[in-house]
Amino acid sequence: MEPIKPIKCCGDGTTCCSDSSVTKSKKITALQVGLGLLGLVAWYVVYNQLLPFSHFFSYHLLGLEKGGHPGETIQFFVYETPKVMMLLTLIVFIVGMIRSFFTQERTRKYLAGKRETAGNVMAALLGIVTPFCSCSAVPLFLGFVQAGVPLGVTFSFLIAAPMVNEIALVLLFGLLGWKIAAIYLTTGLAVAMVAGWVIGRLKLESWIEDWVTEIRSAEAVVIEKKLSWADRVNHGREAVRDIVGKVWVYVIAGIGVGAAIHGYVPETFMASIMGKDVWWSVPAAVLVGIPMYSNAAGIIPVVEALLGKGAALGTVLAFMMSVIALSLPEMVILRKVLKPKLIAVFIGVVGSGILFTGFLFNFII
Amino acid sequence: MEIKICGPGCANCEKTQKIVEAAVAAKGIEATISKITDFQEMAKLGIFSTPAVVIDDEVKCVGNVPRQAEVEEWLSS
Repeated sequence: MEPIKPIKCCGDGTTCCSDSSVTKSKKITALQVGLGLLGLVAWYVVYNQLLPFSHFFSYHLLGLEKGGHPGETIQFFVYETPKVMMLLTLIVFIVGMIRSFFTQERTRKYLAGKRETAGNVMAALLGIVTPFCSCSAVPLFLGFVQAGVPLGVTFSFLIAAPMVNEIALVLLFGLLGWKIAAIYLTTGLAVAMVAGWVIGRLKLESWIEDWVTEIRSAEAVVIEKKLSWADRVNHGREAVRDIVGKVWVYVIAGIGVGAAIHGYVPETFMASIMGKDVWWSVPAAVLVGIPMYSNAAGIIPVVEALLGKGAALGTVLAFMMSVIALSLPEMVILRKVLKPKLIAVFIGVVGSGILFTGFLFNFII
Repeated sequence: MEIKICGPGCANCEKTQKIVEAAVAAKGIEATISKITDFQEMAKLGIFSTPAVVIDDEVKCVGNVPRQAEVEEWLSS
């Protein structure tokens, strides 16, 4: 078997193989807890000053006219950039700490004994918090099969893990509001649960590559490390350094484009091609999304721009899910363990779920 | 000493390799470092998350990037 070609991965904002390797555990002192709380208060105070500051900066300091194009654009940028970066830092830190409780080994153990329906639900939920990246998809798949996790449950995890993550949710919340973030969270999880369940019902175990089933006898090596709270805080800090260090460029570029559009492009520009009256735009969005490979940080600012110019929510959701959940490079990697027929079924079932979500939201909103 | 680094070749695997190389250099040990990129071979060793480090057929770490101090500890034992 030829070695798989290295592809760009682990840059998609998820901590793939986070450092949990702190050998000497330290205790957290009361002073550190105090400093942490003080930091949180300071964060809150600064966060609340961002909007007034952006107004002061654009309309007083620069003396731009309120309601005018350049004024609106600059105010949007000066407000949104620090806002999203502050939210991102805080959430990534917290999620980084939470993730230190959920290793792939532990998730595998939880899911091994589960029956299908409950297993699908749990797998999708665990997909949010378990560290994962597309380059670890194959070993993870092998580990799940080896531990006896049902195929459909494994797929629920593989669909949810890249699609529903903290970065997507923070960006959606920061740029588009909590309602759209909640809709994305719920529908993303629903697609993962249902698609996994359907694949499980189809009984396609024989469409896994033969060598995979042969390794069922191999014993998984698990090296558990005891982590103290200080280690977990460290985890959070490393996650911030890793993730925020990688995605800030996308965020700023995205907000920059968004700011320009916000100020200059006419409101109904996208409505004619991605509006809710154009039924074919949903399947088109899904198809266009498959060969595109981007992470949440790259795609959400684009999504915001599309929505702002009159694209329908369902169409945009479908596009975003397709880009993140159905990526060609991941298919190439999964081809190592799945026969082409099963990959086709995977694309078909997940694609249908996304289509349904798109049509549903275009219909009800 | 024979050191194997398991991983498909993503950023974290490369990070792991650099750390191991640095640790070997720091310790001044004679060691051959090789890479395993084939998942089937990894599975035979019981490795189901990457990156992983195997020293003289013993799996030392799975699913995370080790620290250099840690690797040096493995090398001296």
